[in-house]
Amino acid sequence: MDHSTNSIVISNTDSIPGRNIVEFYGVVTGNTVRAKHVGRDIMAGLKNIVGGELKGYTELLQDSRAEATERMVQQAESMGANAVVNVRFATSSISQGAAELFAYGTAVRVS
Amino acid sequence: MAQRFGCREMENTIDQLSLFFNYGLPLVLLLVAYFVGSRIEKKHFSNIQKREDELHGFPVVSFDTMPEDWQVASSHMVTGSIVISLDYFKRVIAFVRGLFGGRIKTYEPLLERARREALLRMSESAREQGYDAIFNVRLETSRLANAGRDGKGTAGVEMLAFGTAVKFASRFG
Repeated sequence: MDHSTNSIVISNTDSIPGRNIVEFYGVVTGNTVRAKHVGRDIMAGLKNIVGGELKGYTELLQDSRAEATERMVQQAESMGANAVVNVRFATSSISQGAAELFAYGTAVRVS
Repeated sequence: MAQRFGCREMENTIDQLSLFFNYGLPLVLLLVAYFVGSRIEKKHFSNIQKREDELHGFPVVSFDTMPEDWQVASSHMVTGSIVISLDYFKRVIAFVRGLFGGRIKTYEPLLERARREALLRMSESAREQGYDAIFNVRLETSRLANAGRDGKGTAGVEMLAFGTAVKFASRFG
């Protein structure tokens, strides 16, 4: 996943290394709920017999997480922040075949 | 008479077929899963080892504050993830083991593989983007889907590694 396309800096630490936080804007969140692709699911079912990486799912979750992060960053941008610190991820499976990916952090302005 | 004989022959064939589908096919699947699964696991481990050796000297730490002598020019968050599943044979073993309790050895290498692979992907993506180190590394495990009690169904585990990658202005400036 490539986050560097955004001008907003994100970090999972409580500060941005080498810079000072000058203003807090509060918690920003981003989520997405994704269902599995039928074709991918069949492939994953076959792959399940011999074990190993389920590439379709890996990609699906990476894309979804990137989207959740993107939404979080957009929210931070609209608040006028230039960084998001203390970013955390959460995954919850809503039902068989659907999962929610959730990213949250604190929007701040750094000098 | 001839027709009756034909009927009986067909019944026999059907019996044999259902016998095969009920007992033969799962057995064949078990064998295939055992041999192919073990090979895939072995290959994956040697691949992980090779890539870890290549990344030797790239600092990846779980401190949440940076060592004070690190002069940072820029930073960004990096992630690495993998969805992995156990083979059918090992799932059955794990199920049997679950009846008696105790250590389920077949699951341990799976999670180890996933964790090391996720860390590797994170480190490799940071290195590709030109970063010099990663700190505050966190690992998260989530179960993706349910496996049936008999070992059937999709059983995926997702492992996510994430941390803050930094570029040094000068490391010991």
